[in-house]
Amino acid sequence: MRPPSLLCLLVPLLLLALGLSLGWALGDGLKGYSGERLAEVALELVPESGATHPVTSVLLNFRGYDTLLELAVLLTALLGIWSLGPAAPPYPPPGLVLASLVGWVVPLLIITGGYLLWVGAYAPGGAFQAGAMLGAAGVTLTLAGHPTGGLPAEPWQRLLAALGTLVFLLMGLGLMALGSGFLIYPKGIAKWLILIIEATATLSIGVTLIAAFLGGRPMSLRNRSR
Amino acid sequence: MLDPLALAVAWPLLGALSITLLPRWAAHLGILAAVGATLSALGVAFAVMDSGSLTSELGGWKIPLGIGLRADGLAAAFLAMVNLVALGVSIHASVYFADSKARHHFWPLWFLLWTALNALWLARDLFNLYVTLELMGLSAAALGALSGTRESISANLRYLLLGLAGSMTYLLGVALLYVAYGSLDLVQVARSLAPGPSSAAACALMIGGLSLKAALFPLHFWLPPAHASAPAPVSAALSALVVKAAIYLVLRLWLDLFAGIANASAAMLLGLLGGSAVLWGSWQALRAERLKLLAAYSTVAQIGYLAMFLPLIAAAADERGRASLLVAWVLLALTHGLAKASFFLATGLVQKTTGHDRIAELGGAAQSLPAATFALGLAGAALIGLPPSGTFFAKWILIQAAIASGQWWWVPVIMLGTLLALGYVFRLLARAFTREPTPPHFVTSARAELSALLLAVLAMLGVGLAARPIANLLGV
Amino acid sequence: MNPEILITQMLYGCIGLALFLLGIGSFILHEGLWRRLIALNVVGSGVFHVLVAVAYRGLEQTPDPIPHALVLTGIVVAVSATALALAFGRHLEDQNDHA
Repeated sequence: MRPPSLLCLLVPLLLLALGLSLGWALGDGLKGYSGERLAEVALELVPESGATHPVTSVLLNFRGYDTLLELAVLLTALLGIWSLGPAAPPYPPPGLVLASLVGWVVPLLIITGGYLLWVGAYAPGGAFQAGAMLGAAGVTLTLAGHPTGGLPAEPWQRLLAALGTLVFLLMGLGLMALGSGFLIYPKGIAKWLILIIEATATLSIGVTLIAAFLGGRPMSLRNRSR
Repeated sequence: MLDPLALAVAWPLLGALSITLLPRWAAHLGILAAVGATLSALGVAFAVMDSGSLTSELGGWKIPLGIGLRADGLAAAFLAMVNLVALGVSIHASVYFADSKARHHFWPLWFLLWTALNALWLARDLFNLYVTLELMGLSAAALGALSGTRESISANLRYLLLGLAGSMTYLLGVALLYVAYGSLDLVQVARSLAPGPSSAAACALMIGGLSLKAALFPLHFWLPPAHASAPAPVSAALSALVVKAAIYLVLRLWLDLFAGIANASAAMLLGLLGGSAVLWGSWQALRAERLKLLAAYSTVAQIGYLAMFLPLIAAAADERGRASLLVAWVLLALTHGLAKASFFLATGLVQKTTGHDRIAELGGAAQSLPAATFALGLAGAALIGLPPSGTFFAKWILIQAAIASGQWWWVPVIMLGTLLALGYVFRLLARAFTREPTPPHFVTSARAELSALLLAVLAMLGVGLAARPIANLLGV
Repeated sequence: MNPEILITQMLYGCIGLALFLLGIGSFILHEGLWRRLIALNVVGSGVFHVLVAVAYRGLEQTPDPIPHALVLTGIVVAVSATALALAFGRHLEDQNDHA
């Protein structure tokens, strides 16, 4: 069904007008504000956060609650995908060139992921980037005909996908039970808590991305052998 | 230091995670988590009633660097209603999904939706609101598609995409506010907000994006197919709670954030859209051939009433008039939440017994389920606004305010909307009572029917009788 | 404020706004699922672009980490939503094939 042509003419005009006013609004906002926004406050407190890279401090500590809910969003998407039906049939087995290439690329991707996770503490990197690398490794495997993209059986997939959110939440609740307050990390061990959260979140993000790419509920072993 | 606000979000999330790990125990863990979440939310509401607003700074960082949670009277009233409805829906769902394949998928997604709802009422950080909106949108769309029919999947795909467009628009508004005011905290931005192009653009983007999510006329087109095709407990949650969350945010931003710049003509525009929604939604509900479609269109109309308050609040002569309109708004929203949830749950029972929900062919089928039919009748009466329901008081105050502020044109809209509602509820009830012999038992499935009936009773009697405590909660 | 910073922020910010509007236009005018989904991702990129532009504070200064973190969170959310929408779409197509 094609939209009527009047709409085709009207929409660009309206968008143009909207664009001009938004540009004006943006310019006015940028010029009108002389302060440093939150940058100065955040950068000043980075040494106290347990991470040295400011973006990691914001994601895992200052605004950790956002990240917790973000991991829940990722889990929601996966559960939604699983609810729709079983995964797509696997890709055909690869030719010789692809198979040997995969043997090279996948370990490289996993190592890069580990590096990005580690480097995130003091340079650009961190859980999401590392998880994306793991996801890419799994997608590569899937494209080369591996039926589950290297993922284990369903119960383990469930555990791995929920792990990041679970560890993050239990840590928040545990700190609250110990008298510190929800998601308030004690100064001395903040660094280690952040590392644990990041490592589990990396696993969860990687597994979720692979499972989402497979596009459906994991098939049980019985079905797979058929 | 125990943080009741964080607990109200953590409980349902913990439920979702434990069910994801142990799907076999879904129904048991589900009821456990539902009771826990409801108790923690009611705890917050009582604490607010006792000692006024609660605020907490998560992670121990001062707002605006950290994210704040806040429960004031408005949030507490909704938190209590939402969790009671969600508890009722959970009890109902434990029967509805008992032997369906969808049950493994329903429970974790349902608790993720519950997490999003609780997080949304308590949020005071503008970006955090975006994350909760997305959590709500994704889990709601996934739940809506659980019936697995082609119709439900395509309707919920459309809902997902439009919701995404709405929240992106909202997020651009948040970005503009951060540019101009250097903070993401609702209260702090509100304090420094000044009239000008950037605040006006942010207001338009944020309210516009949320109106799409709230299905405000003429952006309502996605709602009826999505809500009518979902499994009944999900429809109940979507219609009673999810849409309510978006319209609540519209009001919250309008009154708390944009109070300085929101002028009377913008309020009038939203009010006119609301008035059109009342007439259009009620008319479509009257013409609907299916019970669930009727209920979905009735939601469009009820959202319209809630938007109609804005011009009257803007025109209120004094603080007292404003406060009483706010109480009326809350009464209407709470009653609709309870009544619509009950309506959809009862519809689901009828549909399960008869195998369809076509109004014309309901015949005596509904009569074989006396408790469910009674719930439909009570919920219908609460939707119309018969006394002593909250809707009755709300409409009464609305009409008084309309006359007092000289905006008399809202009065015929309310009257006509009420008449149409009377029409669609009685059209339904007339079909339900034919001359079939009434069965000897009132209740066939206790948990499923009584949860619907209890919500209807709360809608019809509870909210109206609790008007005074609710007004106290809102600090009037 | 330093005009160099302002001009840079404005330039990249306006590109972000343009992406936002192009995406919205495409979303309204086109019917197909894949096209609308890509349009929404363009919309998202536009908004993230604006946020990244705001974070710039001159070459010598560390950029504002808050918008960067918001963008990272936003990307994950957008990826999740896209994945779910794609799965819905694939399921609809499968049903079409079987029908």
